[in-house]
Amino acid sequence: MEDVITKPLESQEYFINMGPQHPSTHGVLRLVLSLDGEIIRKVEPHIGYIHRSIEKMCEHDSYQQIVHLTDRMDYLSCHINNEAVCLGVEMGLQLEVPERVKVIRTIIGELTRLSSHQLWWGVMGMDLGAITTFLYGFRDREMITDIFEETCGARLTMNYNVPGGLMFDIHPNFQKRTKDFITHFKKKLPEYDDLLSNNVIFRQRTMGIGKLSKEDTISYSVTGPSGRASGFSCDVRKHHPYSAYDKVQFKEILRTEGDCFARYQCRIDEMWESISIIEQLIDNIPEGSFKAPTKAVIKLPKGEFYQKVETARGEFGVYIISEGQKSPYRLKFRSPGFSNLSALNHMAQGCKIADLVAIMSTIDLVIPDIDR
Amino acid sequence: MKWLYDFSYLTRAIHEGLSTRFEPGTVVILEMVLVGITFMLLFALLGLVLVYAERKVSAVIQQRLGPMRVGKWGTAQTLADVIKLLLKEPLINKDADKFLFNLAPFVIMIAAFMAIAALPFAKGLHAIDFDIGILYVAAVSSLGVIGILLAGWSSNNKYSLIGAMRSGAQIISYELSVALSLLTIVVLTGSLQLSIIVESQANGWWIFKGHIPAMIAFVIFLIASTAETNRGPFDLAEAESELTAGFHTEYSGLKFAFFFLAEFANMFIVAGIGATVFLGGWMPFHIGSWEGFNAIMDFIPPIVWFFGKVGFMIFMMMWFRWTFPRLRIDQLLTLEWKYLLPINLMNIVLMAFLSLMGWHF
Amino acid sequence: MKSVINYFKEIYFGLKSLITGMRITGHYFTHPKEIITQQYPENRETLKMFERFRGEVVLLHNENNEHKCTGCSACEVACPNGTIEIIHKRVDVDGRKVKALDTFVYHLQMCTMCGLCIPACPTDAIVMANTFEHAVFDRSKLTKVLNNPGSKIMDGIK
Repeated sequence: MEDVITKPLESQEYFINMGPQHPSTHGVLRLVLSLDGEIIRKVEPHIGYIHRSIEKMCEHDSYQQIVHLTDRMDYLSCHINNEAVCLGVEMGLQLEVPERVKVIRTIIGELTRLSSHQLWWGVMGMDLGAITTFLYGFRDREMITDIFEETCGARLTMNYNVPGGLMFDIHPNFQKRTKDFITHFKKKLPEYDDLLSNNVIFRQRTMGIGKLSKEDTISYSVTGPSGRASGFSCDVRKHHPYSAYDKVQFKEILRTEGDCFARYQCRIDEMWESISIIEQLIDNIPEGSFKAPTKAVIKLPKGEFYQKVETARGEFGVYIISEGQKSPYRLKFRSPGFSNLSALNHMAQGCKIADLVAIMSTIDLVIPDIDR
Repeated sequence: MKWLYDFSYLTRAIHEGLSTRFEPGTVVILEMVLVGITFMLLFALLGLVLVYAERKVSAVIQQRLGPMRVGKWGTAQTLADVIKLLLKEPLINKDADKFLFNLAPFVIMIAAFMAIAALPFAKGLHAIDFDIGILYVAAVSSLGVIGILLAGWSSNNKYSLIGAMRSGAQIISYELSVALSLLTIVVLTGSLQLSIIVESQANGWWIFKGHIPAMIAFVIFLIASTAETNRGPFDLAEAESELTAGFHTEYSGLKFAFFFLAEFANMFIVAGIGATVFLGGWMPFHIGSWEGFNAIMDFIPPIVWFFGKVGFMIFMMMWFRWTFPRLRIDQLLTLEWKYLLPINLMNIVLMAFLSLMGWHF
Repeated sequence: MKSVINYFKEIYFGLKSLITGMRITGHYFTHPKEIITQQYPENRETLKMFERFRGEVVLLHNENNEHKCTGCSACEVACPNGTIEIIHKRVDVDGRKVKALDTFVYHLQMCTMCGLCIPACPTDAIVMANTFEHAVFDRSKLTKVLNNPGSKIMDGIK
């Protein structure tokens, strides 16, 4: 009898399949959780459910055609992905694009980042149970998608970049609409703080959860806002400026806590920075051509080219190996989501199921970006 | 129209009408059946109205239109949904404990029916007037958790089980706060009988008469009762972003509808208790010696007052739900044991002191 | 004592933050004018898409049932997904056999609306239309023939 009382209750680990169909895995990601009660012992991500072999398809496509495939990877920062491929090809061709193109690419890139962060904010709230934020995030994002639709011709998969410039010039309404959006959004962004950032429930659910030290961030190569929240200065826009980023003033948001709230706050602050970048450029779009002349069939010289850009999720790289043909010999995408996901197990150990949802939200996974 | 202000005319008329035709024993049974049918109809109506209200409230808060297609302004949407749920196949998991699986929704519904019987809807409209009314309601309204635990256990699904266990921990803790915050008012009334509590508020509602302690008790009651109904920021048992649907993951069709209906019925019940104890039940709103104003308030029938107050409480709960993020299980328990319970106990002492000194109105 | 003060401070600021949040949702609840959603099939008449919106590829015909497509297959080459198929025929022009368009087959189900075919066309024969209601019950209906029956090429287009 004594034995029964003094011996601690034995517990057994059990497994739960979170996904591929689950409301908070944001797509077809499957996580196999080892749980002890509610406490997570191990997270094993299983990926590949939406693998479409984009890299292999690229080996058969011309360089103009590759661009539209990158729309389908990280669909929330599609313009920035397109830009990466175009910059890579332009680097190979040693083609200097007009200033106008650079500025427009930067503005639309920042708008893309804003829209991605807005959607992330909405989904983050929804994952934590505040469904209303989801609708508010989409409400503000709608104005950006309208801008895209008017100028680029599509709301999500825009395919606005072509190697050498842009597909067509900006719409005459572009500047006015963008300025309207900025004035609107500057009023709405403080509401985001009131609804989530300052909310006591939200703060307690995110502060000190899913900590990632700077060393771990670097060793898992977590980039983007998730990396910068741990103090890893990894903003490609700052360190390897492309397009018009060397002409604008902006801060690289760095925090040191490395927890969910730091990652959250990093993105919110980044939205303010994006607004300021757009404000600096929107009135100063230089006149000129919207496309540098290129041949109808682009053939890159023999060699290897790597171009990286900063998407809303982190560092996105395009590695092109060319044999001098009209298609690349091999093309590799370095997608930020894949590396960010690898740190999930490290962050989630010892957390509860509810925390795992918060952690996944704050590293902002887009599954097609991981699987490609 | 006299019966609208005092339902005892109506109930007496029914009783006398039945007594002339049947024997006393039969009369009692017939009256019971009548009450049962009335409550069943009330539940069906509540389900229809509250589901529609929740959809519209959430829609307007989220800057949407909400259901608009079925009927004018989508008013018949819930009815269409009920028909859809009735026509759906009742799936049962292969390895589920079939008896318990089928029993669970009924346990929840029975708990809701038992609790609603003790609510005073209007003057003379009161199914059972226990002398321990509050104790009975507090005891019975927490029976629903058995249904949730049964559902989670019998589903043979890990998500359901986690949800059910969370729900169990949650309701057991928050039951304390609900009961203690009601007890704060009982200190003033000196009675557990709901009809006496309502009568004692004829010259002012307890939330105003009881000064600050009553207000604190009301806030605590609002928080704790939201938690007890598994709603709003406390919906851990069915947290859809974590546990897909929690304890009712495996339910479909009519049995799912029962869980859904029970949620809204429970919401109505806790709102009804709150309205009765803190907001004066069916008593109209009076201001001191403003005779004209008081006369106008008296003109509004008591049943309208009751449902108006309940509606206000339910709206508050909906407002909570569509604003706040969900708590985590350990935060939920911290909130109860570290904040609500100590404050509640202090509050009762304060209230007892107040009552002893006769500082309340 | 300090911890007691902190305890009440925590409660005060916690409640305050909750009320701030409720004020925002309450604001939108009391301002139903700000509702932004539209009722889609009902507003078909007033719904106007942006002119650049890429809905589907169409081959432009004028009132004489003439189009500008020479059948050069540039769009077919530019298309990344094999959405466009040009079937040729040989026609007699001034005694010479010349390649011309027979059938312009467009597989809408494969189209990603990337818009690469439009700038590729040397004669501006095709454009992106604004239509977006592409749902059909039969998949084969998505394979479309874009040139009208009996249409022919405009004069002077080579």
